[in-house]
Amino acid sequence: MYTQAMDLAPKEERKAVRTVEEAELEARFEARIDAGDFIEAKDWMPEHYRRTLVRQISQHAHSEIVGMLPEGNWVTRAPTLKRKAILLAKIQDEGGHGLYLYAAAETLGTSRDQMVDALHAGKAKYSSIFNYPTLNWADIGTIGWLVDGAAIMNQVPLTRCSYAPYARAMVRICREESFHQRQGFDSLLVMMKEGTDAQRALVQDAVNRWWWPSLMMFGPPDAESPNSAQSTRWGIKRLSNDTLRQKFVDACAEQAQVLGVTLPDPDLKWNAERGHWDFGPIDWAEFWRVVGGHGPCNKERLAARVKAWDDGAWVREAALAHARKQAAKEQAAKEQAA
Amino acid sequence: MNTTPSASANEWPLWEVFVRPKAGLDHKHCGSLHAADPKMALQLAREVYTRRQEGTSVWVVKSSDITASDPGDKAMLFDPMEDKVYRHPTFYPLPDEVNHM
Repeated sequence: MYTQAMDLAPKEERKAVRTVEEAELEARFEARIDAGDFIEAKDWMPEHYRRTLVRQISQHAHSEIVGMLPEGNWVTRAPTLKRKAILLAKIQDEGGHGLYLYAAAETLGTSRDQMVDALHAGKAKYSSIFNYPTLNWADIGTIGWLVDGAAIMNQVPLTRCSYAPYARAMVRICREESFHQRQGFDSLLVMMKEGTDAQRALVQDAVNRWWWPSLMMFGPPDAESPNSAQSTRWGIKRLSNDTLRQKFVDACAEQAQVLGVTLPDPDLKWNAERGHWDFGPIDWAEFWRVVGGHGPCNKERLAARVKAWDDGAWVREAALAHARKQAAKEQAAKEQAA
Repeated sequence: MNTTPSASANEWPLWEVFVRPKAGLDHKHCGSLHAADPKMALQLAREVYTRRQEGTSVWVVKSSDITASDPGDKAMLFDPMEDKVYRHPTFYPLPDEVNHM
């Protein structure tokens, strides 16, 4: 998912030696989690819970911000003014989602600059999906349908995450995300129903390229997801990678029929016994390649973020200098009046 | 790749954003953001928190200017009200004839 790299970190062991006081606090914390209580920023929490959340929320934020880049590629070439306005609104939403999430992470005691630095230094991850290129206009609709569809699948359970500032950000995000998925499906539907053969071929081409990377968004299989158990225990993760992936396949298999496209998987078949769609094996070697920095666009994406940040440095500095000067002037005027 | 390491001292200060969803309702806390000064904080609050007409009025307050109760004092501050049920109207059952009082 947007935070799939959470599954990639080695299994973290919790500190074995604790003081009596710490153990008591931790027992009280665990009891609150068990009771379904929300944890607020200033409440006591185990260091490991705090660290896990900072990593997860900042990765999620980075994904939203980097996710603006593949779509930005098509702003100037959207086929109509309507589609351009929709695309701009969607990209602005992604930026907003990144900001809600950075703010949620900051409540845990990390700073915005620390998070941005970690991303730019290549130390923090973002979702592997944004390392694929957007080659034709139908990619934009397909991202809405499949990528945002997968995101919603994962994010809805996070609105009940035990860490309240994160859960509140997710409520806001989910409310907006539904527009993203629907506009994507609508855009593809218009091409499929009213388009030319060439336009329909563009849709099929886009779906062929995005289908498997979308399934990889849910992260490695449950058996290879070492930190899942603790995250589930703490209510940071609500449903397993494989459960969510199956839900996504089931939904998309039906939607593809409405759209009139084929999903590029010869093994995709309804299994009446399981009550689910069976699907073929995922190329995990590709997943690890992309996560490891060798996807089609990893370097380009990071370079674009770093350039935007460096080019904007003078604006950030000038705004701060102006604010300080104004504050000093006001202070001087007050002192003179007194 | 030239990443300039940035000290947190150069971060724009943090602001808390409160939005009145519609006339007649209270302003409600809806999140935070970084901005250099109050005017910019208001402009950014509009962009970040009211992209779909979620508000008719916005307040921004520097986070460092908010004084909050300590979660550790929760019991001391709020539990004393637990046994004061007589502060609630439902404490007083009245005859049916006047019970909508």
